[in-house]
Amino acid sequence: MQAIVNISLKEGVLDPQGRAISHSLNDLGFNEVSDVRVGKQILLEIDETDPARLRQRVARMCETLLSNTVIEDYSIDIPDEE
Amino acid sequence: MTLSALRVAIIVFPGSNCDRDMMVAIEHLTSRRPALVWHKEASLDPADLVIIPGGFSFGDYLRCGALAGRSPIMNAVLDHAARGGAVMGICNGFQVLTETGMVPGVLIRNAGLKFTCRNVRLQLCETLSSPFTAGLTMGEDLTIPVAHNEGNYFADDDELDRLEGNGQVAFRYVNSDAVGPANPNGASRDIAGVLSNNGRVLGMMPHPERAMSKLHGGTDGATFLLKSLEALVS
Repeated sequence: MQAIVNISLKEGVLDPQGRAISHSLNDLGFNEVSDVRVGKQILLEIDETDPARLRQRVARMCETLLSNTVIEDYSIDIPDEE
Repeated sequence: MTLSALRVAIIVFPGSNCDRDMMVAIEHLTSRRPALVWHKEASLDPADLVIIPGGFSFGDYLRCGALAGRSPIMNAVLDHAARGGAVMGICNGFQVLTETGMVPGVLIRNAGLKFTCRNVRLQLCETLSSPFTAGLTMGEDLTIPVAHNEGNYFADDDELDRLEGNGQVAFRYVNSDAVGPANPNGASRDIAGVLSNNGRVLGMMPHPERAMSKLHGGTDGATFLLKSLEALVS
Protein backbone atom coordinates (compact mmCIF):
# COMPACT_ATOMS: atom_id res chain seq x y z
CA MET A 1 0.00 0.00 0.00
CA GLN A 2 1.05 3.56 -0.52
CA ALA A 3 1.22 6.21 2.17
CA ILE A 4 1.69 9.89 1.46
CA VAL A 5 3.30 11.98 4.17
CA ASN A 6 2.97 15.75 3.99
CA ILE A 7 5.34 17.73 6.14
CA SER A 8 4.84 21.42 6.81
CA LEU A 9 6.48 23.98 9.02
CA LYS A 10 4.58 24.79 12.17
CA GLU A 11 2.88 28.13 12.46
CA GLY A 12 5.27 30.71 13.84
CA VAL A 13 8.37 29.06 12.37
CA LEU A 14 10.11 31.39 9.95
CA ASP A 15 10.14 30.09 6.39
CA PRO A 16 12.76 32.18 4.54
CA GLN A 17 12.37 30.06 1.42
CA GLY A 18 8.62 30.61 1.35
CA ARG A 19 9.13 34.33 1.83
CA ALA A 20 11.58 34.52 -1.09
CA ILE A 21 9.14 32.63 -3.32
CA SER A 22 6.35 34.98 -2.24
CA HIS A 23 8.45 38.00 -3.20
CA SER A 24 9.28 36.48 -6.58
CA LEU A 25 5.62 35.74 -7.30
CA ASN A 26 4.74 39.35 -6.40
CA ASP A 27 7.51 40.57 -8.72
CA LEU A 28 6.02 38.45 -11.52
CA GLY A 29 2.68 40.22 -11.10
CA PHE A 30 0.94 37.68 -8.86
CA ASN A 31 0.11 40.40 -6.40
CA GLU A 32 -2.71 38.37 -4.85
CA VAL A 33 -0.10 36.13 -3.14
CA SER A 34 0.29 37.27 0.44
CA ASP A 35 2.10 34.30 1.98
CA VAL A 36 3.95 31.15 0.86
CA ARG A 37 4.93 28.21 3.04
CA VAL A 38 7.10 25.42 1.61
CA GLY A 39 6.69 21.84 2.81
CA LYS A 40 7.62 18.45 1.49
CA GLN A 41 5.85 15.32 0.42
CA ILE A 42 7.23 11.83 0.99
CA LEU A 43 5.71 8.87 -0.87
CA LEU A 44 6.16 5.52 0.82
CA GLU A 45 5.45 2.11 -0.71
CA ILE A 46 4.91 -0.32 2.14
CA ASP A 47 4.28 -4.06 2.42
CA GLU A 48 1.12 -3.81 4.47
CA THR A 49 -2.51 -4.55 3.65
CA ASP A 50 -4.23 -3.16 6.73
CA PRO A 51 -4.70 0.62 6.48
CA ALA A 52 -5.01 1.10 10.25
CA ARG A 53 -1.74 -0.71 10.92
CA LEU A 54 -0.11 1.15 8.05
CA ARG A 55 -1.18 4.49 9.47
CA GLN A 56 0.19 3.57 12.88
CA ARG A 57 3.56 2.50 11.46
CA VAL A 58 3.89 5.58 9.28
CA ALA A 59 3.05 7.82 12.26
CA ARG A 60 5.96 6.21 14.11
CA MET A 61 8.22 6.81 11.11
CA CYS A 62 7.19 10.47 11.17
CA GLU A 63 7.89 10.78 14.88
CA THR A 64 11.28 9.05 14.75
CA LEU A 65 12.75 10.32 11.48
CA LEU A 66 10.59 11.84 8.78
CA SER A 67 9.64 15.00 10.65
CA ASN A 68 11.26 17.10 13.34
CA THR A 69 8.33 17.78 15.60
CA VAL A 70 10.03 20.80 17.14
CA ILE A 71 9.34 22.76 13.96
CA GLU A 72 7.26 20.54 11.68
CA ASP A 73 3.76 19.09 11.53
CA TYR A 74 2.95 16.01 9.49
CA SER A 75 -0.17 14.50 8.00
CA ILE A 76 -0.60 11.03 6.57
CA ASP A 77 -2.76 10.22 3.57
CA ILE A 78 -3.50 6.62 2.58
CA PRO A 79 -5.15 6.74 -0.86
CA ASP A 80 -6.41 3.11 -0.70
CA GLU A 81 -8.12 3.69 2.62
CA GLU A 82 -11.79 4.02 1.68
CA MET B 1 45.31 13.31 34.27
CA THR B 2 47.36 15.19 31.71
CA LEU B 3 46.18 16.51 28.36
CA SER B 4 48.04 13.73 26.54
CA ALA B 5 45.99 11.15 28.45
CA LEU B 6 42.72 12.61 27.21
CA ARG B 7 40.84 10.20 24.95
CA VAL B 8 38.99 12.06 22.23
CA ALA B 9 36.79 10.34 19.64
CA ILE B 10 35.65 12.11 16.47
CA ILE B 11 32.64 10.60 14.71
CA VAL B 12 32.86 10.45 10.92
CA PHE B 13 29.76 10.32 8.71
CA PRO B 14 29.65 10.20 4.92
CA GLY B 15 29.87 13.90 4.09
CA SER B 16 31.70 14.99 7.26
CA ASN B 17 34.43 17.38 6.16
CA CYS B 18 35.86 18.91 9.34
CA ASP B 19 36.78 15.60 10.95
CA ARG B 20 40.41 15.77 9.92
CA ASP B 21 40.76 19.47 10.78
CA MET B 22 39.41 18.71 14.23
CA MET B 23 41.74 15.74 14.61
CA VAL B 24 44.73 17.94 13.76
CA ALA B 25 43.53 20.67 16.12
CA ILE B 26 43.08 18.28 19.06
CA GLU B 27 46.38 16.51 18.40
CA HIS B 28 48.10 19.90 18.25
CA LEU B 29 46.72 20.76 21.71
CA THR B 30 47.07 17.38 23.45
CA SER B 31 49.90 15.64 21.58
CA ARG B 32 47.57 12.65 21.33
CA ARG B 33 45.79 11.75 18.13
CA PRO B 34 42.01 11.38 18.53
CA ALA B 35 40.27 8.25 17.28
CA LEU B 36 38.23 8.68 14.11
CA VAL B 37 35.12 6.50 14.46
CA TRP B 38 33.06 5.56 11.41
CA HIS B 39 29.31 6.03 11.80
CA LYS B 40 28.55 2.36 11.06
CA GLU B 41 30.32 1.28 14.24
CA ALA B 42 27.87 0.10 16.88
CA SER B 43 30.11 0.77 19.87
CA LEU B 44 32.53 3.38 21.11
CA ASP B 45 35.75 2.79 23.03
CA PRO B 46 35.76 4.69 26.33
CA ALA B 47 36.29 8.37 25.58
CA ASP B 48 36.60 11.53 27.66
CA LEU B 49 35.20 13.64 24.85
CA VAL B 50 33.19 12.73 21.75
CA ILE B 51 33.18 15.28 18.95
CA ILE B 52 30.61 15.40 16.15
CA PRO B 53 32.41 17.41 13.47
CA GLY B 54 31.17 19.81 10.85
CA GLY B 55 30.34 18.96 7.26
CA PHE B 56 27.34 17.87 5.24
CA SER B 57 26.54 14.45 6.64
CA PHE B 58 24.42 12.46 4.20
CA GLY B 59 24.31 15.46 1.89
CA ASP B 60 21.93 17.24 4.29
CA TYR B 61 19.19 14.96 2.90
CA LEU B 62 15.76 15.14 4.59
CA ARG B 63 16.98 17.69 7.19
CA CYS B 64 20.51 18.68 8.20
CA GLY B 65 21.77 16.09 10.66
CA ALA B 66 18.60 13.97 10.56
CA LEU B 67 20.08 10.85 9.00
CA ALA B 68 23.39 11.10 10.86
CA GLY B 69 21.43 11.44 14.09
CA ARG B 70 19.98 7.95 13.50
CA SER B 71 23.27 6.28 12.49
CA PRO B 72 24.32 3.15 14.38
CA ILE B 73 27.13 4.92 16.26
CA MET B 74 24.71 7.47 17.71
CA ASN B 75 23.24 4.91 20.12
CA ALA B 76 26.71 4.58 21.62
CA VAL B 77 27.11 8.37 21.70
CA LEU B 78 23.72 8.71 23.43
CA ASP B 79 24.79 6.08 25.99
CA HIS B 80 28.06 7.97 26.53
CA ALA B 81 26.14 11.20 27.12
CA ALA B 82 23.62 9.45 29.39
CA ARG B 83 26.56 8.36 31.59
CA GLY B 84 27.56 12.04 31.85
CA GLY B 85 30.17 11.83 29.09
CA ALA B 86 31.20 15.04 27.35
CA VAL B 87 30.05 15.64 23.76
CA MET B 88 30.79 18.58 21.50
CA GLY B 89 28.99 19.14 18.19
CA ILE B 90 30.31 21.73 15.77
CA CYS B 91 28.14 23.14 12.97
CA ASN B 92 26.67 20.03 11.28
CA GLY B 93 27.55 18.30 14.55
CA PHE B 94 25.31 20.80 16.37
CA GLN B 95 22.54 19.97 13.89
CA VAL B 96 23.06 16.26 14.60
CA LEU B 97 22.85 16.88 18.36
CA THR B 98 19.54 18.76 18.02
CA GLU B 99 18.17 15.95 15.84
CA THR B 100 18.95 13.41 18.58
CA GLY B 101 17.51 15.68 21.28
CA MET B 102 20.89 15.78 23.09
CA VAL B 103 20.61 19.57 23.02
CA PRO B 104 17.30 21.42 22.68
CA GLY B 105 16.02 23.39 19.69
CA VAL B 106 16.68 23.04 15.99
CA LEU B 107 18.75 24.79 13.30
CA ILE B 108 16.79 26.07 10.34
CA ARG B 109 17.66 27.85 7.11
CA ASN B 110 19.58 31.11 7.52
CA ALA B 111 17.15 34.02 7.56
CA GLY B 112 19.05 35.66 4.67
CA LEU B 113 18.85 32.44 2.58
CA LYS B 114 22.59 32.64 1.94
CA PHE B 115 25.40 30.34 2.94
CA THR B 116 27.39 32.44 5.40
CA CYS B 117 31.14 31.99 5.76
CA ARG B 118 32.95 34.60 7.84
CA ASN B 119 34.31 35.43 11.25
CA VAL B 120 31.78 36.13 13.97
CA ARG B 121 32.29 37.47 17.44
CA LEU B 122 30.98 35.32 20.26
CA GLN B 123 30.20 36.37 23.77
CA LEU B 124 30.40 33.79 26.49
CA CYS B 125 27.23 33.76 28.58
CA GLU B 126 26.82 32.91 32.23
CA THR B 127 26.11 29.19 32.21
CA LEU B 128 25.49 26.25 34.46
CA SER B 129 28.62 24.30 35.35
CA SER B 130 30.16 22.96 32.12
CA PRO B 131 33.63 21.92 30.98
CA PHE B 132 33.05 23.90 27.79
CA THR B 133 32.69 27.23 29.57
CA ALA B 134 34.50 26.63 32.88
CA GLY B 135 37.87 27.98 31.73
CA LEU B 136 36.51 31.06 30.00
CA THR B 137 35.67 34.34 31.65
CA MET B 138 32.05 35.45 31.57
CA GLY B 139 31.57 38.13 28.95
CA GLU B 140 34.76 37.13 27.18
CA ASP B 141 34.64 37.62 23.42
CA LEU B 142 35.95 35.06 20.97
CA THR B 143 36.33 35.54 17.23
CA ILE B 144 35.70 32.26 15.43
CA PRO B 145 34.42 31.64 11.89
CA VAL B 146 31.04 30.24 10.91
CA ALA B 147 30.32 28.48 7.62
CA HIS B 148 26.76 27.29 7.23
CA ASN B 149 23.46 27.49 5.42
CA GLU B 150 21.27 26.23 8.29
CA GLY B 151 22.53 27.90 11.45
CA ASN B 152 19.42 29.80 12.42
CA TYR B 153 18.77 28.53 15.94
CA PHE B 154 15.09 28.09 16.67
CA ALA B 155 13.10 27.12 19.74
CA ASP B 156 9.77 28.49 20.91
CA ASP B 157 9.72 31.36 23.40
CA ASP B 158 8.94 29.20 26.41
CA GLU B 159 11.87 26.92 25.59
CA LEU B 160 14.18 29.90 25.04
CA ASP B 161 13.14 31.39 28.40
CA ARG B 162 13.79 28.04 30.04
CA LEU B 163 17.24 27.73 28.41
CA GLU B 164 18.23 31.22 29.49
CA GLY B 165 16.92 30.61 33.00
CA ASN B 166 18.91 27.35 33.29
CA GLY B 167 22.12 28.87 31.97
CA GLN B 168 22.11 26.62 28.91
CA VAL B 169 22.92 29.38 26.42
CA ALA B 170 26.70 29.14 26.05
CA PHE B 171 27.47 31.66 23.32
CA ARG B 172 25.73 34.55 21.62
CA TYR B 173 26.68 36.47 18.50
CA VAL B 174 27.69 39.96 19.58
CA ASN B 175 28.66 43.18 17.90
CA SER B 176 31.23 42.41 15.34
CA ASP B 177 34.16 44.23 13.87
CA ALA B 178 33.88 41.79 10.99
CA VAL B 179 31.83 42.31 7.87
CA GLY B 180 28.06 42.23 8.26
CA PRO B 181 25.67 42.15 11.19
CA ALA B 182 26.58 40.48 14.48
CA ASN B 183 23.99 37.74 14.06
CA PRO B 184 24.90 35.98 10.80
CA ASN B 185 21.83 33.79 10.40
CA GLY B 186 18.78 35.16 12.24
CA ALA B 187 19.22 32.86 15.24
CA SER B 188 16.66 33.35 18.02
CA ARG B 189 18.07 35.67 20.68
CA ASP B 190 21.45 35.63 18.86
CA ILE B 191 22.17 32.12 20.14
CA ALA B 192 25.33 30.55 18.68
CA GLY B 193 25.78 27.65 21.09
CA VAL B 194 23.71 25.77 23.66
CA LEU B 195 24.37 23.26 26.42
CA SER B 196 22.42 20.21 27.53
CA ASN B 197 20.66 20.51 30.87
CA ASN B 198 23.63 18.85 32.62
CA GLY B 199 26.20 21.06 30.85
CA ARG B 200 28.09 18.05 29.45
CA VAL B 201 26.93 18.39 25.84
CA LEU B 202 27.64 21.51 23.77
CA GLY B 203 26.38 22.34 20.31
CA MET B 204 27.79 25.40 18.55
CA MET B 205 27.70 26.72 14.99
CA PRO B 206 31.16 28.38 14.84
CA HIS B 207 34.21 26.28 13.94
CA PRO B 208 36.96 26.52 16.61
CA GLU B 209 39.14 24.12 14.58
CA ARG B 210 39.34 26.83 11.92
CA ALA B 211 40.82 29.42 14.27
CA MET B 212 43.92 27.59 15.45
CA SER B 213 46.79 29.71 14.19
CA LYS B 214 47.68 33.14 12.93
CA LEU B 215 47.63 31.65 9.44
CA HIS B 216 43.93 30.94 9.97
CA GLY B 217 43.42 34.58 10.87
CA GLY B 218 43.08 33.97 14.60
CA THR B 219 43.72 31.65 17.51
CA ASP B 220 40.53 32.04 19.56
CA GLY B 221 39.40 28.57 18.48
CA ALA B 222 42.56 27.11 19.99
CA THR B 223 41.93 29.06 23.20
CA PHE B 224 38.39 27.76 23.45
CA LEU B 225 39.34 24.13 22.69
CA LEU B 226 42.31 24.18 25.06
CA LYS B 227 40.24 25.53 27.96
CA SER B 228 37.61 22.85 27.33
CA LEU B 229 40.20 20.08 27.21
CA GLU B 230 41.88 21.37 30.37
CA ALA B 231 38.53 21.42 32.17
CA LEU B 232 37.97 17.81 31.12
CA VAL B 233 41.29 16.63 32.60
CA SER B 234 41.06 18.60 35.83
